[in-house]
Amino acid sequence: MSDLLVVGISDYKLARCPNVFVTYALGSCVGICLYDKQAKVGGLSHIMLPESSMFKNNEINRMKFADTAIVDLVQNLVKLGADRRKLTAKIAGGAQMFEVQQGSLVGTIGDRNIVSVKNTLHELKIPILAEDTGLNYGRTVYFDLDTGIMKVQSLSRSIREF
Amino acid sequence: MLNNYDELSDMQIDVLREIGNIGAGNAATALATILDEKVEISLPKVRITDFDTAVNALGGAETMTVGVLVNFDGEAHGMIMFLLNMDDAKAIMSILVQEDEEGHDGTLSELKLSAIKEIGNILGSSYINSISTLTGLRIHISIPYIAIDMAGALMSVPIIEFGSVGDKVMFIEECFSAEENNLSSNIIMFTEIETLKIIMERLGLEV
Repeated sequence: MSDLLVVGISDYKLARCPNVFVTYALGSCVGICLYDKQAKVGGLSHIMLPESSMFKNNEINRMKFADTAIVDLVQNLVKLGADRRKLTAKIAGGAQMFEVQQGSLVGTIGDRNIVSVKNTLHELKIPILAEDTGLNYGRTVYFDLDTGIMKVQSLSRSIREF
Repeated sequence: MLNNYDELSDMQIDVLREIGNIGAGNAATALATILDEKVEISLPKVRITDFDTAVNALGGAETMTVGVLVNFDGEAHGMIMFLLNMDDAKAIMSILVQEDEEGHDGTLSELKLSAIKEIGNILGSSYINSISTLTGLRIHISIPYIAIDMAGALMSVPIIEFGSVGDKVMFIEECFSAEENNLSSNIIMFTEIETLKIIMERLGLEV
């Protein structure tokens, strides 16, 4: 049993098998597991916001935004030996933690994160094999590079495997 | 010019600490009235941390936590969260609500949830009122929202809102404790950088 590779907020990590990633307590953030099944190479990204273009600041943290983080992770996975065309994705998170009024940023950020993640994956032609997104609860995500299984744990529901 | 939270000077941090002290002091008085017992508050901590530290600040990312969120806007923008663990939430409710019926799975009943929401509302309002009085700023607060979930997932809400620029967030944190019933809870306040500037200016500090 290998040690868990912990992925923080606005962070991604990549590795070869055998390794298991974990990212804790996704709320409105989204966790993206990318995997090349044959090479057994994969990565987990924990994004916080949908698009880097929201901010005109030059020094953005590319790992924070769905559009930049996923692109960078893919490039790094290829460097590590993944076949770009064989990458698949599983995603989780993007909840709305509080039932706030419509129209506020807080109320819709989870949904917008999910949309941006899906758009980015679509543009990169990476198929989404499974998702556990939306609703109103926090999720911890484990991603096992041996099996490619994404395991989602929450306080209110039983553990689910994708 | 203040653009990031980690550019705050020691003096500005002292001022924030004092604001937290006054805000939470007011909130503690309100809580003491509700519970009808003495409530102690810790020294305020002004935390300027990266996102992961903020998520773990309140006893572990996955700890089941009851959170009440109040947004404020107007001339100042920010959020206040009142956080307590499940056992403390139940203990407070047993003081306040005469109701035997537990939720079907050991969770809190609707009545108890709305009572906690109301406590969060009162504490948030007291906190904001004192900032408003101190600075003369007109501040409106939202209705309270409640969620029971992983502490990290709850904290991610203000972190996303106030961490969009830069890689740090700033929050002022205090712990309330009511010894007689062995309760503890936290109140935390996040604000926008712009709001910090305005508050500093109102208090006569250079920004």
